[in-house]
Amino acid sequence: MIETINLNKRFGKLQALNNISVHCQSQHSIALIGPNGCGKTTLIKSILGMVVPDSGNIIFKGKNIKKDYTYRNHIGYMPQIGRYPDNMTIGQVLDMIINIRSFQGALDEDLIHEFGLHQMKDKRMRTLSGGTRQKVSACLSFLFNPDVLILDEPTAGLDPIASEQLKEKIILEKQKGKLILITSHLLSELDDMITQLIFMQEGCLIFHKNIDELRAETGEDRISKAIAYILKNQKA
Amino acid sequence: MIRIIKFVILDIIKNRIVLAYTLLLAIFAWSAFSLEDTSAKGVLSLLNIILLTVPLVSVLFTTIYIYNSAEFVELLTSQPIKRTKIWISLFAGLACSMSMAFLLGAGIPLFVYAETTLSIIMVSIGILVSLVFVSLAFFSASITRDKAKGIGVSIMLWLYFALLFDALVLFLLFQLSDYPIEKMMVGITASSPIDLARILILLHLDVSAMMGYTGAIFKKFFGTTTGMSIAFLLLTLWIAIPYLISLRIFRKKDL
Amino acid sequence: MRIFLSYILLICFVQSTYSKTIWVGKNHKFSSITPAIKAAENGDTVIVESGFYKEGNIVIDKSITFLGVGMPIIDGDRKFEVITIRASYVTVKGFQVQHSGYATLDDPGGIKVYNSKHVQILDNYLYDNFFGIYIQQGKHCLIKNNRIIAFGKAEQEIGNGIHCWKSDSLLVIGNHITGNRDGIYFEFVTNSVIWRNVSVNNIRYGLHFMFSHNDAYFTNIFKNNGAGVAVMYTKNVTMMNNTFIENWGDAAYGLLLKEISDSYIYNNRFVNNTSAIFLDGASRIRVEKNLFKSNGWGMKIQANGMDNVVTQNNFIRNTFDISTNGTLVLSTFDGNYWDRYEGYDLDKDRIGDVPYRPLSLFSVIVEINPPAMLLYRSFMVTLLDKSERILPSLTPDNFIDNTPLMRPLPL
Repeated sequence: MIETINLNKRFGKLQALNNISVHCQSQHSIALIGPNGCGKTTLIKSILGMVVPDSGNIIFKGKNIKKDYTYRNHIGYMPQIGRYPDNMTIGQVLDMIINIRSFQGALDEDLIHEFGLHQMKDKRMRTLSGGTRQKVSACLSFLFNPDVLILDEPTAGLDPIASEQLKEKIILEKQKGKLILITSHLLSELDDMITQLIFMQEGCLIFHKNIDELRAETGEDRISKAIAYILKNQKA
Repeated sequence: MIRIIKFVILDIIKNRIVLAYTLLLAIFAWSAFSLEDTSAKGVLSLLNIILLTVPLVSVLFTTIYIYNSAEFVELLTSQPIKRTKIWISLFAGLACSMSMAFLLGAGIPLFVYAETTLSIIMVSIGILVSLVFVSLAFFSASITRDKAKGIGVSIMLWLYFALLFDALVLFLLFQLSDYPIEKMMVGITASSPIDLARILILLHLDVSAMMGYTGAIFKKFFGTTTGMSIAFLLLTLWIAIPYLISLRIFRKKDL
Repeated sequence: MRIFLSYILLICFVQSTYSKTIWVGKNHKFSSITPAIKAAENGDTVIVESGFYKEGNIVIDKSITFLGVGMPIIDGDRKFEVITIRASYVTVKGFQVQHSGYATLDDPGGIKVYNSKHVQILDNYLYDNFFGIYIQQGKHCLIKNNRIIAFGKAEQEIGNGIHCWKSDSLLVIGNHITGNRDGIYFEFVTNSVIWRNVSVNNIRYGLHFMFSHNDAYFTNIFKNNGAGVAVMYTKNVTMMNNTFIENWGDAAYGLLLKEISDSYIYNNRFVNNTSAIFLDGASRIRVEKNLFKSNGWGMKIQANGMDNVVTQNNFIRNTFDISTNGTLVLSTFDGNYWDRYEGYDLDKDRIGDVPYRPLSLFSVIVEINPPAMLLYRSFMVTLLDKSERILPSLTPDNFIDNTPLMRPLPL
């Protein structure tokens, strides 16, 4: 579904993406992990077209995204830190995006109801807490029922209940057969959500494996432990 | 795209600063015309507004607005919308608001008090000057991510075109006073949008003096239909070029 | 028409007592003019009926009255001087005189008067001549209500509308002159009056005075002439009630005064000229109660004159009210209305309490460096001017109106 071919991106001295080639297929839920500043967000933003790579190609559903923007119709994106115009209300932001996308199908408003956002529609964005903003971001990413979900640190800043509600929603969508890309530092919460793992370090792709494969290789059941095992062996 | 433009305009109206600017222009223009016994003096006051206040407000407000809508732009870029469209919409919204502000604030009293041809010339030049500085603001906001730096660049641009440029020209005039530089001066004028605007209005306000020695050269150039068209074209270029540069930068920009 | 008829009656009366009338026309004894004039004697009247007469040069050498009925056309075939007057007490009236020769050596004119007195040239239409009406050493001549049209393109290809040379006591009244080199030209003409003429679209000056003393011109209109009106090397000229408008160009002036003294400029209107009045070597001129409106320069005063008085004028909407090329000021500028004056009048005597300096710094700059005009009305220039007004450093500080008026004079 999404394929990146030899992506390179440099921010000044920092090589954020170093020859990254991955292939993400539909029906998979993929975790994108790695230490801070390893290039996860850059990769995601490249896929979204928000960062323009120095070289390399990104193919979405068989089409190069360079001259295209309509492919974003199929992507729901939840940013790490959602930034919204300060003096708009939650309702206005949702309405605006719906309006601009001129979306025809049925809206997926499950999360809005679950998070209780419809009760605070008139609150201005600048008055919201970080968690509530994340809720808005989450709702927006699921709203248009997209084929691909890209979630950058989805549970960061959410309270445990909301976090759980979001996870359930992700699992639900995964079961519908959508491609889901998640970055997260909290490896422990990924366990029941993902089927594949992409590990990055200093802009390089270390590996891209199925979870089952990984478990078999390392003999560890939990992802966090499996990663730890790999890192240990790598150093040795 | 029209939806985004509509949104930008609504947001600017909610912002109230442009409304205040319109009101200020209106108060200034009406009082300038009603206090002075001749409409000519009102026109002169308005000329100073066009040459100083309008560029300053346009460039500053636009720069700050662009920086403040960084989130909005970021939100839109993750949506299935072409980047070019986002930037054009932003420009269209701001350009529309600033022109409307000038038209409503200064244009109405002009049409009421001054003669029609002059009013049309002044209003269109006022709007063009607004647009030039909106465009320059896009340029300065796109070359740096730092808001303070961007505003600094905008103010420098304004200072340069409103004050320094004229000082430089005067200096140059005295340095080169032994040479026949009148024709060259026509070219130099074209390199400042404010001077271009000023001379276009001058040709209507001080027509008698402009028929003299040097003025005649300008009159010959700018006074004809071709000259006028060229002058307006140059102003249009002053709008297009900074904006197009900013568009190029924005299309490649990482958010 | 009635006047004309009574005139005819009068002529008939005169004729019946002293002299005879000779008719020229198809149904008369004379079908051409030259033999008719030959047949006439002093005091006779020659009346020409309407028609087209091309007879080369027509010379009037007797004191006759020469009348046209129904505007007969006399054509010079572009070779000859059309009508030559070499006698006193001649009246020429009611002809269309056209197509004189175009030589530059002997200055052929439509109607030319040589060394004569009491010649009257009335109600003629001078069309496309080299010179229109030419008075050479005339005295007590009257030139009235003629229309003079020529189609000159360059100065050297055309003569003047009304050209007067070495004459005295002329009256030039109510003529309409257009398309000549100078509309009216006076050289060595004294004790004469120019009144109610309209001189427009002439190539050089609307009115041109050279060495012509003790003359006056009133209530004329000079519009859109190449260089305006020039009064040169002359003294004792009175200029009143004239209108100078739209004399535009580098060397164009509403009124150019060069080497002139003891003259009076009163109640004229100067509107839309590049320079309304240019004074070069002008002394003892009194400029009073004139209107200077929408000119590029109200008055340009060269520093080589003295004792001029500029008072009770209205300066309104000029780009520059006054400019000068020097620092020496030997003229006074008290008691004018300046629309730029920003002073106040606390004692309510209608005279501003602070003096006004009509000379702006920028006008001095432009005088030195004309292309600086390019910067007019720019913010920087306004700033310069304002600071100069508060602390004069470059402009002469005795260039001052000590009693500026708060309101314009009702002119």
